[in-house]
Amino acid sequence: MTVPTLSVATRIAQNRDDGRGSLIGYLPVGFPDLGTSIDAAVALAENGVDALELGLPYSDPVMDGLAIQKATEAAIAGGFRVRDVFTAVEAVRARVDIPVLVMTYWNPVLQYGVDAFADALVNAGGAGLITPDITPDSADEWIAASDRTGLDRVFLAAPSSTDARLKTTVEASRGFVYAVSTMGITGARQDVDAAARSLVARLRGVGAENVCVGIGISTGEQVAEVLGYADGAIVGSALVSALADGGVAGVAAKAAELASGTTATRK
Amino acid sequence: MTPPTEQTESLRDRPGPFFDAYGGRFMPESLIAAIDELAAAYEAAKADPSFAAELAELHRTYTGRPSIITEVPRFAQHAGGARIILKREDLNHTGSHKINNVLGQALLTRRLGKNRVIAETGAGQHGVATATAAALFGLECTIFMGEVDTQRQALNVARMRLLGAEVVSVTTGSRTLKDAINEAYREWVTSVETTNYIFGTAAGPHPFPAMVRDFQKIIGEEARQQVLELTGKLPDAVMACVGGGSNAIGIFHAFLDDADVKLYGIEAAGDGVDTEKHAATIERGRPGVLHGSRSYVLQNDDGQTIESHSISAGLDYPGVGPEHAALNDRGRATYLPATDTEAMDALRLLSMTEGIIPAIESAHALAGALRLGRELGPDATILVNLSGRGDKDVATAGAWFDLFDEGAKQS
Repeated sequence: MTVPTLSVATRIAQNRDDGRGSLIGYLPVGFPDLGTSIDAAVALAENGVDALELGLPYSDPVMDGLAIQKATEAAIAGGFRVRDVFTAVEAVRARVDIPVLVMTYWNPVLQYGVDAFADALVNAGGAGLITPDITPDSADEWIAASDRTGLDRVFLAAPSSTDARLKTTVEASRGFVYAVSTMGITGARQDVDAAARSLVARLRGVGAENVCVGIGISTGEQVAEVLGYADGAIVGSALVSALADGGVAGVAAKAAELASGTTATRK
Repeated sequence: MTPPTEQTESLRDRPGPFFDAYGGRFMPESLIAAIDELAAAYEAAKADPSFAAELAELHRTYTGRPSIITEVPRFAQHAGGARIILKREDLNHTGSHKINNVLGQALLTRRLGKNRVIAETGAGQHGVATATAAALFGLECTIFMGEVDTQRQALNVARMRLLGAEVVSVTTGSRTLKDAINEAYREWVTSVETTNYIFGTAAGPHPFPAMVRDFQKIIGEEARQQVLELTGKLPDAVMACVGGGSNAIGIFHAFLDDADVKLYGIEAAGDGVDTEKHAATIERGRPGVLHGSRSYVLQNDDGQTIESHSISAGLDYPGVGPEHAALNDRGRATYLPATDTEAMDALRLLSMTEGIIPAIESAHALAGALRLGRELGPDATILVNLSGRGDKDVATAGAWFDLFDEGAKQS
């Protein structure tokens, strides 16, 4: 292990003590190429992002909108390999002190070997996984591997989830629970759905400590609004678009703009 | 949800979610509520005799069931003289077996109180069937179809639009069936309150593999009885093409416990299984998770899905239903490849010897029957599921066999 793993929960708690919410930024590994994706992730950390979510490009990303689909398709076409994720995590952790989660669809982990993937992520200094296309009731192998290694496991909760399922999700998650703000896929939206606020309240009602809201957030104002009731705001598509349009400088500027929303005081 | 270890009992009537080590429900949480709701509605429908009665009446008065069987002796002369009997799903309304499943799921949509359906389609047969059921039931309908498939199955695109459906051409990924499914999932996440997803094959997350099988098993139930009446005995082999595998599981199921009846699934071998252009998922894939269930998947070392290739859009899919994976591993069914060329030759042979133009998908099963018949000899009886008719494929066949007049060439 190169750098001791920093847990996301610790970072969120530190920020909470400082009276501010957390900003979590997503970028896919290998877009537009491996080196630039690492530089871009570092730029996020240097411009106010509190935790990173590095995406593992996958051929069948059913929860992603066009901006992320296009970027991950380009990464795969450019020769992305799963092992590049560990290279990226290690490189980022060597340069900035920030917790790094990996966001991945399930089949690449399964094919790498769940235990082997967990071990490689620990060795690279990664904090854990966000798994958008499996739920705790289909994740026995991952729950065992993350218990063994101490990796965080972030499951998603949706406005449509029953209270019983929210409770299961909260109990199975470690680090934070990813509250899907709306019934939809990733992509910038004009308004962050009112459903997000009610979902966060329901998650707290079943015992969630850290709840971060994602999907549809693309401006500093929206970050501030979400951090009025949630512990973290997750931004993906807006950063990917900024990187696609403006390179590392563009994504750095976008991160700084989003981070301006984290200074709002939590209620 | 952990797969059971018990593998001895028959898979007949296995309710899912697992078929031995395969199946399950690997899905985004956003869709779980809808899937649970659908599964519950299906369980309730299964327990309600009025549901079965309503579906049976629709099949009698609308689908045209029971479909007949046809013995094809002139075709069989090319198959070592074995008796070959076709189950004529091509004669169903809309031209394929897909209507069997769609009417069942459309009835469920009504029970769910939803007013819109979405579906994926490859060759367009499932899309046409869904658009048809939507017209019949007065439901809004959106069909997702890969851009590659909208081009090679342009006639079915027009049919769906004529039936009042919206057809969305999917331009991401490989632009074929797998990407149409991805896009349908994305749409379903967004519109799940009003919309039911009518899944077309016996794959995907639970309850689809078991439910689609249940709606398709009427094929085998009818055919088993019909063959017994015609020949006085069960067939030696039952053969069907396998893409996702719904027509195959539909005809196999009634025979699962007949140990002497061999079951053959024919996968699309495209240019050949040793080339990069094929769709032989069981032959050349390995277990993984795709589109919500664990089964065989065509994938690279990293678990990225490999683009499949077949001249038949309906078999051009890099996954396969989980029950087929289990039947393969148990050795209860055998999965063999047939190339584009073999399938097209079989298509032309059936057309010229029997006056029946099969779908290119079904022609893969015919190609398998030609091979197996030569192997088994004249005493054998082979039941082939003729899952669809070839009207939609005339442009493809015309180009393949160079049948168009100069200046009148079509795509």
